Amino acid sequence: MPLLQPLGRTFLGGLEAIGRVALFTLRAVLMAVQPPYYPRLILKQMIEIGYYSLPVVGMTAIFTGMVLALQTYTGFSRFNAETAIPNVVVISITRELGPVLAGLMVAGRIGAAMAAELGTMRVTEQIDALTTLSTNPFKYLIAPRLIAGLTMLPVLVAVADVIGIFGGYLVSIYKLGFNPGTYLANTVEFVEFLDIFSGLVKAGVFGFIISLMGCYHGFSSRGGAQGVGKATTNAVVTASILILISNYIVTELFFSR
Amino acid sequence: MSGDLKIKVRGLCKSFGRKVVLNDLDLDVPKGQSLVVIGGSGSGKSVLIKCIIGLMKPEKGSIEIDGQEVLGMSAAEREEVMRKFGMLFQGGALFDSLPVWENVAFGLIAGRGAKRREAKEIALRKLGAVGLSPEVGELYPAELSGGMQKRVSLARAIAAEPEIIFFDEPTTGLDPIMSQVINELIKKCVDDLGATALSITHDMHSLRVIADRAAMIYDGRIIWNGDAGEIDHSGNPYVEQFVQGRSEGPIKMPVRHL
Ligand SMILES: Nc1ncnc2c1ncn2[C@@H]1O[C@H](COP(=O)(O)OP(=O)(O)OP(=O)(O)O)[C@@H](O)[C@H]1O
Ligand SMILES: [Mg+2]
Repeated sequence: MPLLQPLGRTFLGGLEAIGRVALFTLRAVLMAVQPPYYPRLILKQMIEIGYYSLPVVGMTAIFTGMVLALQTYTGFSRFNAETAIPNVVVISITRELGPVLAGLMVAGRIGAAMAAELGTMRVTEQIDALTTLSTNPFKYLIAPRLIAGLTMLPVLVAVADVIGIFGGYLVSIYKLGFNPGTYLANTVEFVEFLDIFSGLVKAGVFGFIISLMGCYHGFSSRGGAQGVGKATTNAVVTASILILISNYIVTELFFSR
Repeated sequence: MSGDLKIKVRGLCKSFGRKVVLNDLDLDVPKGQSLVVIGGSGSGKSVLIKCIIGLMKPEKGSIEIDGQEVLGMSAAEREEVMRKFGMLFQGGALFDSLPVWENVAFGLIAGRGAKRREAKEIALRKLGAVGLSPEVGELYPAELSGGMQKRVSLARAIAAEPEIIFFDEPTTGLDPIMSQVINELIKKCVDDLGATALSITHDMHSLRVIADRAAMIYDGRIIWNGDAGEIDHSGNPYVEQFVQGRSEGPIKMPVRHL
């Protein structure tokens, strides 16, 4: 019995947390679609998420594409199937690696920053101050971040797709001796609209999750610097896990028939 | 009489877990007057203000603003009432992502829909009133000293000329001269703008300048209230101990001797 008690408590606590996040999400979305809108703040967040994440996402993508080509070569050459490299690279990058790796990198960068900023605003009463100045914190702080996450992650992933494919191309041409024309032709011929589209949909979902977790944990942080630190960690961890879970769900929706 | 009450609090209860902070508290603030609440550190003064403004939810009780019950209001109605309020937070609570002038102009732009340029002009004027030059307006809050931040938050609280202003320790951390300037400014807000003020202070001198009425909070309730002039001979042992700053008396500080 004493063994079951903590287990049950954890389970109930988990349910409660899910309920809180769901309520928060509902409220955030409802508020985001109602005026007033803050175009200035939306733009600022878009630049923060979209533009300033480009270097880290680009680096991730190019090395992922490169190593993908290399690994596929070492594996596939055992069956004399090296010609499949461009296909493997383009499919893996557009469907999975582009969105997931970009999502995880941005979760580390943006999710943490959002949680830290909003958490600090919470514990220094800046969020309360907003309320007293006739400004709804959900509309002013959260809506711009959700909108920017939802729209900028697909853009980032589109860029990551191109850079990742280019990474695979570089290794295939300069190291593995492929013919550039054939490689590109194979890539373009093989890839389907759905590969790219599903990847971009995933990116939108991930972007929403990253912003939501950053805002939720920042908003509900308590108790000074330590609370803000905890919120930051939680934002990154929960966003990363939710990205991996939702990645499976979206894949299942698109491709299982 | 009750028609002239700007704020009327009845039976207010608020606890955090087991800790009871406000226990069946009653408070009246007449229209156009300045009420100062005193009380020991941690006695729930800030919590009281936050409950009245609606930043915290009390468990029980009633709060009327202009005769209108605000507890249990819808979010939209609440926002309407919020427009009447200005608040100076104990910790300043300035937005550190915005320059000083935008902090001061925030309520004008966001709440009243003023143009940025006009709002900036008003903001710079308000900054002048708290003794800060226009150059300060371009700085960020992190670049100011503690006392300067306090004055900026004061300017922000009064910028939109609210009907009811809450000052949570407006003069703490200021030098005596600047304290006096701020005291006079608060007095002026009440006298000239006809605002109603609810302030918290530990500074007896400040109280004598700004208060029309005074009240003391102890053990979760208002144990004394009256005209500010009566505070020195209230006949209440708690108030007397507090005003005279004696360590011996009915109020026991939970400290042990070294
Ligand atoms: N968010 C909170 N969570 C838990 N306890 C709180 C919270 N806010 C305040 N308290 C508790 O309520 C009590 C009253 O706090 P409050 O801030 O109102 O004190 P105060 O009278 O303003 O004191 P001071 O003069 O030092 O500012 C304190 O004991 C504090 O521990
Ligand atoms: Mg306080």
